[in-house]
Amino acid sequence: MYVAVKGGERAIANAHRLLEHERRGDRKVPEIGTDQIEQQLSLAVDRVMSEGSLYDRGLASLAIKQARGDLIEAIFLIRAYRTTLPRFGFSVPLDTGAMAIRRRISSTYKDLPGGQVLGPTFDYTHRLLDFALAAEGEPAAPVTAPVDPEERFPRVTDLIAQDDLIERNPPTDPAKPVGDLTREPLAFPAERDLRLQNLARGDEGFLLALGYSTQRGYGRNHPFVGEIRMGEVEVEFEIPELGLTVALGEVTLTECQMVNQFKGSLTEPAKFTRGYGLSFGHCERRAMSMALVDRALRADELSEERTSPAQDEEFVLSHSDNIQATGFVEHLKLPHYVDFQAELALLRQMRRELTSRNTHPEAAE
Amino acid sequence: MSLAGFPNPVLDQQAAFRAVMQALAEPGCIVPSGAMVGEASPLGPVARAIALSLLDFEVRYHLSPSLAAAESDITFHTGSRLADRADEADFAFVDCAHDALDLARYAQGTPEYPDRSTTIILKVESLAGGPTLAIDGPGIPGTRELAIPGLPADFIAQWAANAARAPLGVDLLFTTNEAVLGLPRSTRILGEAR
Amino acid sequence: MPDAEAARPNPDPRAATMALLARATRKELALPLSAHWPNLAFATIRAPEIGLVMLRGRMGGDGAPFNLGEATVTRAVVELETGERGYGQFLGRDPTRAEQAAILEALAQREADREMVERAVLAPIRQRLQEEAQRKRAETAATRVDFFTLVRAEG
Repeated sequence: MYVAVKGGERAIANAHRLLEHERRGDRKVPEIGTDQIEQQLSLAVDRVMSEGSLYDRGLASLAIKQARGDLIEAIFLIRAYRTTLPRFGFSVPLDTGAMAIRRRISSTYKDLPGGQVLGPTFDYTHRLLDFALAAEGEPAAPVTAPVDPEERFPRVTDLIAQDDLIERNPPTDPAKPVGDLTREPLAFPAERDLRLQNLARGDEGFLLALGYSTQRGYGRNHPFVGEIRMGEVEVEFEIPELGLTVALGEVTLTECQMVNQFKGSLTEPAKFTRGYGLSFGHCERRAMSMALVDRALRADELSEERTSPAQDEEFVLSHSDNIQATGFVEHLKLPHYVDFQAELALLRQMRRELTSRNTHPEAAE
Repeated sequence: MSLAGFPNPVLDQQAAFRAVMQALAEPGCIVPSGAMVGEASPLGPVARAIALSLLDFEVRYHLSPSLAAAESDITFHTGSRLADRADEADFAFVDCAHDALDLARYAQGTPEYPDRSTTIILKVESLAGGPTLAIDGPGIPGTRELAIPGLPADFIAQWAANAARAPLGVDLLFTTNEAVLGLPRSTRILGEAR
Repeated sequence: MPDAEAARPNPDPRAATMALLARATRKELALPLSAHWPNLAFATIRAPEIGLVMLRGRMGGDGAPFNLGEATVTRAVVELETGERGYGQFLGRDPTRAEQAAILEALAQREADREMVERAVLAPIRQRLQEEAQRKRAETAATRVDFFTLVRAEG
C-alpha cells in the first residue's frame, strides 16, 4: 500500500546536485568527452545499444557518461529516450550474409572459404594487466595484408546445409505480421520472432548464466559454434511514394550460429539443429549466449522434454529484461512505511497473544 | 501531389493535439485550431493538421469519395495507409457537403477494446448558425447548444443509434477552415433547443 | 559495406545517390553546397525530423524476420524552385545534414547541376568510403589464420 506524502523536495534537489558533483569527480582531472567514451569504451557503448534496443552510438555514449558508467542505468536512459521518438517504419531485413567482415571464425570447420579471420579479439590475450596503459602512449598501427577482391565469406551453416545435414531456417510467411513486444504485451506461448526480440535486448549476464546452465547439463543440447561473424551491414529502408529501397547507412552487428545435435526420430533422419544470436555492435558473448538460449527455448518445437530453466519460456522471457528487473527490485527502496507499520502491528499482536497464552494457559483454552 | 508539412513538426503537432483534446474534453465547444497547414488540401487546413498530428504508419485511414485526392499527401506525410474498407480504418475523413454520412459503417470497437473504433473527422462549412440542438454528457455542465449547419437529415437518429452501442461507437470531430468541435460517443443530443 | 553502390546489382541512380549522401559527413555536404549553390532557393516539404526505424534480422540469418531493435534516423524532403523533390535520410540524428542531403539529392535530378553534384559531392564521398573500406579489409586480412600441420596421425 502506498500513501501520498509530501516533503523531501529540497533534499531531492540537493541530492541531484551532489550526484552531478560526484559524477564529475575531482575537477582537477579533465572531464571525459562523449567522443572519448564512443571511441575508447566502445564495447560498453555496444552493450548499452543492444540492451537499450536502440542503435545510436552518440546517445549510448552520453547515457554512459550521465550514468557514471552504470550500464543498466544508461540502458534505462536509452529506453526512456526512445519512447519520445516517432517510428518511421521497419528496415528491410538485414542481410548478414553480405556483411563487410571484420571478424569471422568457425569452430566446426578449420578450412572454409574466406578462412578464419580473428579481427580485434580478446581471445588470445593473456589476461595480464597492461600497466603501460596507465601511462600515455600510442599503440602501434595495425598490420595490413593484401586483399583478394574476389574473396567471399559464405555462411558456415550454408555449407552444412548443402548436404542436407542441418535443419532449414523457417521461411518468411508474408501473411504473418512480425511480432513486436514494444507494441503488444508479451503473451505465452511466444513465437520464435518474439523470443528472439526479447533475447536480443535481454540482460547479458542473465543470458550468459542461462547459456552456461545449458552447457552444464540443465537442458543440454551439445552446441558447436558453427560461426561467429562481426562487421558492418547496410540498413535499407523502403520509401513507398518513390517505389525505392534506399540505404540509410551501416550498423555493426555480431552474429552467432550455433549448431546443435538432434537425435532424429522414427520418421526423420538425424539432423543438426540451430540456435541463433544477433546483436548490435561487437558483443560476442551476448550473441553466443543468445544462440544457446534460443536453441534451448525451441524444446517444444523439437519435441524435447522441458526440464531446465533455460527451456522454460515463461521464466526466461519474463526475467530477461534488466530494466523491468531493476525497476521491480529497486522499487523496494520506495517508502513502504504503511505496509511495514501494518506488519509491525500484526507481529506485535501475535506476540501479545502468545505471551497471554503462556501466562494464562487456562484462559487460552 | 503532397503539400508542405508542418514548419515545426513537434510544436505544431502538439498544438493540433491540444486543440483536439480540448474539443473532446468540452464537447460542443468551438475550439480554434492550434495549427493549420495546407490550405489547398481537400481536407481543409484544420482536418489536415489533425491528420498530420494523429496518423502514423501504424494506423489506417479512410476517405469519403470527394476527398480521394488527399491520399498521396496524407500517406506521404504520415506513413499511414488507406484502408480498403471504412470499418478497417482508425481514422476517417468525410466531407459533409458532398458525401453521405453513415456512422454505422465505420469500426465500432470491440467489447474488450472499445477504443478500436473509428474516429471520424468531418469537414463542414461552419460550426454555428444551423438548427440549434441541446446536448449533455461528460464535459458539459448542464446542457450546451450545438448549431452545426448542413448535417444530414437523419443525424439525430444516427447519433442516438451510436449512443445505443455504448461503450462501443464512433467519436466525431467537426472541422472548418479555422476551428474544431468534438462530439465524443458519450455526448447525448437531447433534441431541438427552444 | 565495401562500396555502398556495389551492394545491389543495377541500383536505381537515385537510390545510389541517396546511399552516398547518407554516408556523408557534415562538411562533405555543407562545403560544396555553399561553394557551388549559394543562396539556393528551396521549399521545405517535410521539415527535418528525427525518428526510429525498427531494424529486422532473420532467424538463422536467412529465415523468417524478427525485430532486432531500433535505430535513430533523420529525414527531410525539400523542393527546388524548378520542381525537383529531394529526399534525405540516414542513420543518426542531424537535422541540418538531412536537409542538405535532401537539397543535393534534388540538385542531382536537375540536368544542369547533375555533373557538379557528382564531381563536388558524390565522388569525394565515394572515394573516402572506398579508402576506408579498403583499409579495414587490409587490417582484417592480416588477422587471417594460416594453418600449417605439425603432425598428422593417419587413422
